[in-house]
Amino acid sequence: MDVHELTAAYALDALGTEEREAYEAHLGSCAECREELAALGETAAALAWGVDSPEPPAALRGRILAAAAAERENVIPLRARRPWVVRATAAVAAVAACAAVGLGAWAATLSHSLDSERSARAAEARAVQIVVDPSSKTVALRGGDGMVAVDQSGRAVLVVHRLAPAPADKVYEAWVIPPGSKPIRAGIFKGGGSMTMVPLDETVPAGSVVATTVERAGGVDAPTDSPILSAQT
Amino acid sequence: MVGVNRELAHLSDEALVALAARSEQSALSELYDRYGRPAYGLALRVLRDESLAEDAVQEAFLALWRTAPRFVPERGKASTWILTLVHRRAVDLVRREERRRADPLENVPEPSDGIGGADEEAWLRLQRERVQGALKQLPDQQREALELAYYGGFTQSELAERLGQPLGTIKSRMFMGLSRLRELLGDPGMEMSWTSTS
Repeated sequence: MDVHELTAAYALDALGTEEREAYEAHLGSCAECREELAALGETAAALAWGVDSPEPPAALRGRILAAAAAERENVIPLRARRPWVVRATAAVAAVAACAAVGLGAWAATLSHSLDSERSARAAEARAVQIVVDPSSKTVALRGGDGMVAVDQSGRAVLVVHRLAPAPADKVYEAWVIPPGSKPIRAGIFKGGGSMTMVPLDETVPAGSVVATTVERAGGVDAPTDSPILSAQT
Repeated sequence: MVGVNRELAHLSDEALVALAARSEQSALSELYDRYGRPAYGLALRVLRDESLAEDAVQEAFLALWRTAPRFVPERGKASTWILTLVHRRAVDLVRREERRRADPLENVPEPSDGIGGADEEAWLRLQRERVQGALKQLPDQQREALELAYYGGFTQSELAERLGQPLGTIKSRMFMGLSRLRELLGDPGMEMSWTSTS
């Protein structure tokens, strides 16, 4: 049996114990399989989101944390790790501030500049429609958790899960970059909710990139920084 | 659950795993708050038993805690890694228990508003519809192979026997199905750029 052919089955956890071990041994020496597994493994894990997810029993969280604490106390003395934690925290905080990816308060937010609550609700309803329309094309985001959904007429919505609020006197600005063109302004928003849905002001021609940058309040006409989020449609 | 460690709330999953690798327990609890629910939903789907599902989730998060130092962000997302750990534990348990995996789900509580509130609920529903919508677009035989393998916990050999097909056919259905699903769900890739490619 050619062990190369086992990547999909391995990604789905569909190998018996011996086959699994043989495949893992093979992985160490086969860059091609490692690459294929990275891709197929991500898709297999996406299946996890396809099921109903009821709330786990509340006690489970406490049990896990207690067991984790008990394990680690035996291994690493508290004092030895302190300086590491401080440095690591500061470093990742700096990185994360740039990446602006995080967990907001879990409150529905339509982060779009709109005049009234009524038009906000209407825009949200349209946005949801585009996202759930089976004929819409959806692509996952790079740089964060979320997607861009584009319906058949090119109307598009950017959806971001847990987008940290934009820094004070800054906004997020969305851009549509049609193939071979410069970035076109497509809306500004503040983030901060659990789920940020941004109906884009511009239609998205096939093959465009949709990107997001952090810009000064009010937005700018051309991006001044690298994108923090992007999606190739 | 929300509000315990808000100073970690703005960190990426990958940053939290890096902190967990340094024995920072609050990072583990933040990761649990982000992924405990989909993890439990997945384990319950595979195991069809609430107490076994809890075991699988607990083992997976402890495996995360132990092996966080070995996580390599360049190889993939932390969320993929976490859900892979959960799935592996669930599948190992279901095989050990030899539960009847094709049985319909019994007494599974309806999804309810929980820690995340309505907005988290909306996000989970959106994700679910997206994945189920993509699965529906697969040819029946490919979808069947993926669902029985991933949600049912069957090995490829068990699938071949169950479906009365040669092993090679099963492998090919799984590969084609997963590849097509990847296209349907949109491959984000690793590079971020301003350039359009088509």
